[in-house]
Amino acid sequence: MGAESSPKIVIVDESPIRAAILEEGLREAGFTGVVHISEMQSLLTRIYALDPDVILIDLENPSRDVLEQMFQVSRAVRRPIAMFVDQSDSASIQASVDAGVSAYIVDGLKKERIKPILDLCISRFNAFSKLQDELDRTKSALEDRKVIDRAKGILMKLKGMTEDEAYVLLRSTAMREKKKIVEIAQSILTASELLK
Amino acid sequence: MTSPLQIGFIPLIDAAALIVAVDKGFAAAEGLDVTLVREVSWSNVRDKLNIGLFDAAHLLAPVAIASSLGLGHVKVPIAAPFNLGLNGNAITVSPALHAAIMAEIDGDRFDPMVTALALSRVVAARHRSGAEPLTFGMTFPFSTHNYQLRFWMAAGGVDPDEDVRLVVLPPPYMVDSLASGQVDAFCVGAPWNSVAVDIGVGHILHFVSDILVRAAEKVLAVRQNWSEKNPQVVAALIRAAFRAAEFIEQPQNRAEAAYILARPERIGVDADVIQRTLDGRLRISPDGTTRESSRYLLVGREAARPDPVQAAWLYAQMVRWGQTSLSPEALQTAKAVFRPDLYDSALGREEKTAGAPDMIGAFAGPAFDADDIGGHLAAFAITHRKS
Repeated sequence: MGAESSPKIVIVDESPIRAAILEEGLREAGFTGVVHISEMQSLLTRIYALDPDVILIDLENPSRDVLEQMFQVSRAVRRPIAMFVDQSDSASIQASVDAGVSAYIVDGLKKERIKPILDLCISRFNAFSKLQDELDRTKSALEDRKVIDRAKGILMKLKGMTEDEAYVLLRSTAMREKKKIVEIAQSILTASELLK
Repeated sequence: MTSPLQIGFIPLIDAAALIVAVDKGFAAAEGLDVTLVREVSWSNVRDKLNIGLFDAAHLLAPVAIASSLGLGHVKVPIAAPFNLGLNGNAITVSPALHAAIMAEIDGDRFDPMVTALALSRVVAARHRSGAEPLTFGMTFPFSTHNYQLRFWMAAGGVDPDEDVRLVVLPPPYMVDSLASGQVDAFCVGAPWNSVAVDIGVGHILHFVSDILVRAAEKVLAVRQNWSEKNPQVVAALIRAAFRAAEFIEQPQNRAEAAYILARPERIGVDADVIQRTLDGRLRISPDGTTRESSRYLLVGREAARPDPVQAAWLYAQMVRWGQTSLSPEALQTAKAVFRPDLYDSALGREEKTAGAPDMIGAFAGPAFDADDIGGHLAAFAITHRKS
């Protein structure tokens, strides 16, 4: 690799969305040589074919252990890699493990050139998990809504209530029993299933 | 109750003492509030233990030593006050390689010298015909699996770095890789050998207890400085794991232990496979042939007390295969990872004197001598010592 050319970066991630977010960030920052691997079969062979300077892998990926053998010199390993972090970088390890990503650097790439890549990677990974959390919350709020709507429907039918009355009954029962409205709604659905 | 503990583990049957200690209430009885965290890679377990996200972990014994020596990663001194298991791995080969080895076999097929010599003839024939070298999967560069495979094949004259390929594969991918022909064989812990046999893509060629009578496999690992600050917690953990191991050792408890371990958030495989493993009764061939060995996986009395001679043997393998060079200081550091003193004091026992002279019991080479690793390694024809 020429000292000034853009380092070749491989992203190993089974999540296409997260990989796309990271890839986009790297390109915006001027790192043009980015390749995404999502298929874990023959991972080492693929990586050798690409011959990258930096490998980024998510920590949910069991294939992280496959990369660890690149530290070794053997028949299977042609170009040994090093971990970016050294003894003095415990803050970097902490930050990247917290974010859920790990970086492997092929020997020869200068440390000051790695830092911006890793920082960017950590911030994109953190942004992705925030997004994921929001998505999960929205999803579960939507699920709750469905359950409550169905419970209201049952109450309206069985007790001849209006929708507002059904909701008030659910809410007051939840308050009395110190439970969530969705839990009361769920028990109504369960009971009505049993009594069918 | 002590402050909550986070303990990492990989879903393998040799995590049994740890999982049963928590799920059967032995840890709570010691006043410990433990959350077990299932992990997907040894690298993750190592890193999370090193930076303190985990207080303790189910860890490959050689990783605990490598971490203390700063090999392959940052140097973080680790203490191993409890040995979770001895042995427990097996070598499984594809039906094609099995047939090739059996065609060359000359003697008892459970004798590892006989199979290693047969393997060397298979390897030589492939070389002559211009076929690709055989590929063997193992779980980590610093793993017993790596050293056991190497020890075995080198005894038959196969150079593990020149004549075949050794590749790291995550345990859950082993069976698929064998089925798809990406690897011809692998060495891995339970339950993956049995899974390969059960679905008909592999034959168990050896239990590792054929190769070494006693091999430290996984340890309960803590950071050394953490153990110094929390001696009571470490002692309580040792006692909880000991009670759990005692429980698992009793044949009448195995069904319950297997049921606990089988749950999806723990090991997540069939309870029947787990129980067969704990009983040392494994199906070794897709045709249903089973083989029994009380030494297949040892949990409890014989296994639990960490033995520094085991740590020295693992260190000697790192030297033999060029992962590090031999130094008396490093040997001392490696041995000091295994902490029988913490084990004895937690259980209120007198310190035992050293056991038999050779606690390893390898099928080939001279008896292991922890005090003369250089001389010991000189007796082996194939080594790749660091120059």
